[in-house]
Amino acid sequence: MIEEKDVEHIAMLADIGITKEELSEFTGKFNEILDYFDILDQVEETGASEQELANIFREDEIVPSLPRDEVLANTRDAEDGFFRAPRVM
Amino acid sequence: MSATPVTQPANTGMAIDDEVIVGLEIHCQLDTKTKLFCGCSTDYRDDPANTHVCPICLGLPGSLPRVNRKAVEYALRVGKALNCGIAPEAEFARKNYFYPDLDKGFQITQYDKPIAVKGYLDIEGDDGEKRVRITRVHMEEDPGRLVHKGAADRPKYTLVDYNRAGIPLIEIVTEPDLRSPKEARRFLNKLRATLEYLGVFDSEKEGSLRVDANISIQPKGWFEREGKGKADRGRVEIKNISSYKGVEKALTFEITRQKNLIRRGQKLESATRHFVETRGVTTSSRSKEMEQDYRYFPEPDLRPLRVCDWAMEIVLPELPDARRARFMEQYGCSPIHARTLTGELKLAEFYEKVADIDTALAATWIADTLLGELNYRDMSITLVPPEQFRELLVLLREGSVTDKSGVEVLRVLLDQLKETGRCEGARACVDRLGLRIIVATPTLTGEDPVMEAAKEALAEQPQAVADYRAGRKEALNFLVGQVMKKTRGCAKPGDVNKVLADLLEEG
Amino acid sequence: MASVTFSPDDRYNAFITTLSGAETGPGRLSGIPVAVKDNISTRGIPTTCASRILTGYIPPYDAHVVTLLKREGAAIVGKTNMDEFGMGTTTENSAFGPTLNPADPTRVPGGSSGGSAAAVASGMVRMALGTDTGGSIRCPAAFCGIVGLKPTYGRVSRYGLIAYANSLEQIGPMARNVEDVSLLMEVLTIHDPRDSTTIACPYRHTPDPTIRGLKIGVPEEFFGEGVDPRVASVVWEAITRLEAQGAEIVTCRMPSMAFALAAYYVTCTSEASSNLARFDGVRYGPQADTRRTWHESFQEQRREGFGTEVRRRIMLGTFALSSGYYGKYYAKAQAARQQVRNDFLRLFRTVDVIAGPTMPTVAFRLGEKTDPLSMYLSDVLTVPANLAGVPAISVPCGTSEGLPVGLQVMGQWFRDENVIDVAAACEQGVSS
Repeated sequence: MIEEKDVEHIAMLADIGITKEELSEFTGKFNEILDYFDILDQVEETGASEQELANIFREDEIVPSLPRDEVLANTRDAEDGFFRAPRVM
Repeated sequence: MSATPVTQPANTGMAIDDEVIVGLEIHCQLDTKTKLFCGCSTDYRDDPANTHVCPICLGLPGSLPRVNRKAVEYALRVGKALNCGIAPEAEFARKNYFYPDLDKGFQITQYDKPIAVKGYLDIEGDDGEKRVRITRVHMEEDPGRLVHKGAADRPKYTLVDYNRAGIPLIEIVTEPDLRSPKEARRFLNKLRATLEYLGVFDSEKEGSLRVDANISIQPKGWFEREGKGKADRGRVEIKNISSYKGVEKALTFEITRQKNLIRRGQKLESATRHFVETRGVTTSSRSKEMEQDYRYFPEPDLRPLRVCDWAMEIVLPELPDARRARFMEQYGCSPIHARTLTGELKLAEFYEKVADIDTALAATWIADTLLGELNYRDMSITLVPPEQFRELLVLLREGSVTDKSGVEVLRVLLDQLKETGRCEGARACVDRLGLRIIVATPTLTGEDPVMEAAKEALAEQPQAVADYRAGRKEALNFLVGQVMKKTRGCAKPGDVNKVLADLLEEG
Repeated sequence: MASVTFSPDDRYNAFITTLSGAETGPGRLSGIPVAVKDNISTRGIPTTCASRILTGYIPPYDAHVVTLLKREGAAIVGKTNMDEFGMGTTTENSAFGPTLNPADPTRVPGGSSGGSAAAVASGMVRMALGTDTGGSIRCPAAFCGIVGLKPTYGRVSRYGLIAYANSLEQIGPMARNVEDVSLLMEVLTIHDPRDSTTIACPYRHTPDPTIRGLKIGVPEEFFGEGVDPRVASVVWEAITRLEAQGAEIVTCRMPSMAFALAAYYVTCTSEASSNLARFDGVRYGPQADTRRTWHESFQEQRREGFGTEVRRRIMLGTFALSSGYYGKYYAKAQAARQQVRNDFLRLFRTVDVIAGPTMPTVAFRLGEKTDPLSMYLSDVLTVPANLAGVPAISVPCGTSEGLPVGLQVMGQWFRDENVIDVAAACEQGVSS
């Protein structure tokens, strides 16, 4: 059973900005879903079978980069060729 | 640099039975042509922001990473050179955290299946040869670069350049086996040399190496008894030190700070601190996230690495220890010279390009003179043309210039190189400055310059002559100095001695 | 270059974007209008994943499958509606409103590729691309009465597919008949080294409805609790017809079905929680508010940009991966996934394909399913194929209450040809 404070903690980890109204709604649904997930407790750990496909590489050869106008085409907020982001501190 | 004077940790406050415990995490850019997961060029340093990016390293929706074979090969070389075991299966994983330098909202790294584990590197420790254990070596991508705009204390916004995003890094983690800032520096020097010898790393590229250091001060022997993770005193992680010298400075500062706290009986909290290079201090830093829970899981877009067989096929080049032994064996270098000369790949290569002139002379002149002059000017050995240095060695060997003049010529040439990137020939420089050695031809009548100078000196210094004749033989040294001054150091001291003695005898 | 006029009466809200003068060229798909689900990147054409968080985003590159369509002369006439980021079973979770089911406009078309299914079923396009993470091609194919194939994992490049759950999803063909699905499959399987999870295994095949001697396994669990008996009986009839056509029917068991759905939802939400972290408003999408701090702005982006179900799944996945819970959820889900694979491995030692219903019911009424868990439960029959990575097709096999019912056929890894053949046989059985 998880509580609202647990959901708040998850929202903090997910950095998702949960609203008060969502909190109780999410908490209720989460408990139903997590109860259902409890069936996984019955699963016995088996060694994962080896994935057949391994060692997929590309060679160290230069491929042209995107032209800068295309790089910045999807932002309205470029400055001197940089993207602008909110302050981090 | 090996010739840098060593700063000893300040010796205050630490109880005699305390010891410093240091472990390092070193991030080092691999010198591949392209990024770790895309074909963008890694040669971005002189180029404008966001000109070395593509859908993959911009994290555009729908793009998928592809592993650069060369980066894996380089990581394997490092793992082998550090005497690690190569994992039968290595795997990339996602490290999830939210920060604008991450183009995808996660960093692709290796977590519980790193490419190499459990190795060691032997260094010259505080008490002789020392083995530093390597915990692991793993591969990951570099994040982008942030520029904080606005006032220093409260940036208004951030500018992001993803040119660096996706540059291949290896992270090398040591066990907490280092016991002083000096050992940490020596470890880093040895590691850097090793990486350069492997041809996987270019230390001259700005920001190509970054270090996080863990440091604590514990009662002596405590660490061996209790082991890692149960610190009775707090452990501090110093983040993002970006220069070799910075590591030693940061640790030295941190030791003093921690010792002061211990002396005042205050409790040391485990914390993360930042090193401020310009001020040489560490400052308390709020961590990137309030709570660090990276929620690692295997990167579903990439396949595992099974590279043990490949690793076995890789033949490593000669590494610093082997080269040091060879320099002693092949060139008769002293252990100290051999260590210095092999401490940097470029230096060792430089030595081998000039050693044929005279192995001992070359070793002395490079290790004892050239290195210091380079450090003084903050220049790299790569700027020095071996031909000019060979010419200088030839002049020295044939006795055409004195040691003193040799140093003068070297300084002139280095100044020219630093100024213009070019320099005149050593021989031409000697002639231009009139530094060719003056060979005395001690006939009392000839036009010998040493004789001329000696006569002048005796005439000018009657008191010294009188003293000498009165039996105070040390007056001769004074007179020799006078003659050397008059010949601008180009006369051989032996010649001067002999000429003066002859003149005084006869007078 | 010629162009194809496309000005449909989109009464079912199948499209997010339509392109009136799509270019077409020579090739196997020359002149054929093809619709592309809006989570597949198209250079110069908005690609939204039916989410507000991608408002204004125009990809600077084509997904590999789009390049292949163009290479074969197809006219890409529009981008289809879907559940936001593929998270849904009804195409109701779209920022652009729900798509309606052409078979009954009061019903959902299924999801998440509901727009593609409706566009095909209504005849607006001959074929379409869908994507299938846990049934998102097969469910709408079944609900709308068309054919949809989820290829073997690793057979079609995901390069350019905006990821929801990377380890589960594939792009696949949807059309009104098996032949067109097969044709489109030929085009889609040209190898792309940019997707490291693919192998070169081109599909070159003409559907062959002769199934004499083929062994079809029918797991009891596919007719168990929660499966509408009326749907079950339509499907059994279809299976009986296959038997009449010469196939051998073998009933069998798939015990891992007990936890397949839970394993699926833990895995897909975990991967999604990471995949959806890149929408921070810095490089594309609605611009981040640079007057605020990074975290304030990031939270605002995610609160405004994602719908409730997407937010719920991000939170579930974050929880499943978080320290202290990874072992209970994510790691256990991977173990469960392995057991699903093992079940398929065991069954394929004795049978060639496995058949059952695609969906436990016919199409829901619009707005009928509001509870997330009951919505999740409707995926129970489709997720095993995604967990194991095997190919699976849904082909119309009859109707119940006048609504289409799909037969699901799952095959061995990289034997997509087998499921195509069985589907062709089923198609033949229905029409005769």
